[in-house]
Amino acid sequence: MAVNIIIFGQLTDITGEQNLVVSDVRDTDQLIAKLNTMFPAMSGSKYVLAVDKRVISDNTILENNSTIALLPPFSGG
Amino acid sequence: MNNKYSYERYSRQTLLKGFGEAGQEKLLRAKVLVIGAGGLGCPALQYLAAAGVGTIGIVDNDIVSLSNLHRQPLYSTADIGLFKSETAAKKLGELNPEISFSIYNERLTSANALEILAPFDIIVDGTDNFATRYLVNDACVLLDKPLVYGAVSQFEGQIAVFNFHSANNTPAVNYRDLFPNPPKENEVLNCAEAGVIGVLPGIIGTMQASETIKLITGIGKPLINSLLSFNALNNQTYEVSLQAKKETRSFIPTTKKDFESMNYEWLCAAERSPREIDITRFDELIAAGDTILIDVREPNERPEVTEFMHERVPLSTLIQSSIKSDAQTIVVFCQSGKRSLEVAEYLYELNDKSRNVYSLKGGILKWKEYHQKKETV
Repeated sequence: MAVNIIIFGQLTDITGEQNLVVSDVRDTDQLIAKLNTMFPAMSGSKYVLAVDKRVISDNTILENNSTIALLPPFSGG
Repeated sequence: MNNKYSYERYSRQTLLKGFGEAGQEKLLRAKVLVIGAGGLGCPALQYLAAAGVGTIGIVDNDIVSLSNLHRQPLYSTADIGLFKSETAAKKLGELNPEISFSIYNERLTSANALEILAPFDIIVDGTDNFATRYLVNDACVLLDKPLVYGAVSQFEGQIAVFNFHSANNTPAVNYRDLFPNPPKENEVLNCAEAGVIGVLPGIIGTMQASETIKLITGIGKPLINSLLSFNALNNQTYEVSLQAKKETRSFIPTTKKDFESMNYEWLCAAERSPREIDITRFDELIAAGDTILIDVREPNERPEVTEFMHERVPLSTLIQSSIKSDAQTIVVFCQSGKRSLEVAEYLYELNDKSRNVYSLKGGILKWKEYHQKKETV
């Protein structure tokens, strides 16, 4: 199974892309671990996950074709 | 409304179905506080004043500088060096003399925030740093006031309505439900380093004004318990829903006394390294001589530093080459003081802690701003 990732803000400086497809992840903990392996700088970055447009705080089971947004905090004004 | 002039001023919006004169009356009775009269605050203030919000508060203790103007077109080049809060109120008063303004030409702190926020119905967050954002959020929760949040970075912005109790009894979400604790200094690039396209805060600040007007008049569907992201490069928007979390409340002070004893600056700043020095010490070292000053920014980075003698050794080449000079004190600086701190730590270890190695806290941008202000004030 595969999930779609949308990356926001300066996290795209790390991933180089705004959209990614990641396969073989069952839940958000696995997804985070996989992203940290793919992009080591991600582990030092702050962001929250939104699974299918809902911000989550606990580990969440992913479904095939789920869309996960990575949202970093912005401070600028 | 009994005033013909007012009727004409607002006629294009009172015509609107669902808004009408009743909506206009609500705006005229409303009290809105805009915190920060910068990139977000300027457009928010302009549209709130134009729309006829009866009382508008402006909190800002900063002065207009040249690098503000690309995203703060409320100010003109002739305003450089003037206080933003006073200048904004003057211009907005010319735009709409029928409304009143409260000017707070001071920095918002945990000591004055509750008193400043208390008289207002809605708070608009146009601040430019995490410390003040968390302070404003916590104050709004404590005082139970709706917060219209906006923030920008590079080409993207975020907007949300926090702490608004809707009729369906859904618990109100606040900023800490999204990000419970402030990022550490190295987890997010700051604005001066990241940059921002000028028109973006114009869009996001205007959307904050729009959300505020919707909340006051009760029209439409404001972003209550939702976060909207906007990308200026591809015009994409993305809205996510937010949920209140029980544990969030444990981070927020519940009494005035607890709030006032919170140190938000400290909460948001990384612990100060012994390698960091402030502007005063930096200037002393420039004057003292026997100090080598190194700009570690990349060759294309501006502003140029012409005020004092220094070397330019970009970070990308510095790590390989060692410092040739045998000066006892090495001072490095960069744009915001973050990269140079890493360099300072590295050089300090490299020299077996035998030389003094310092990094300018806040970077050359803060240094220039400080000296510019000293000249103008």
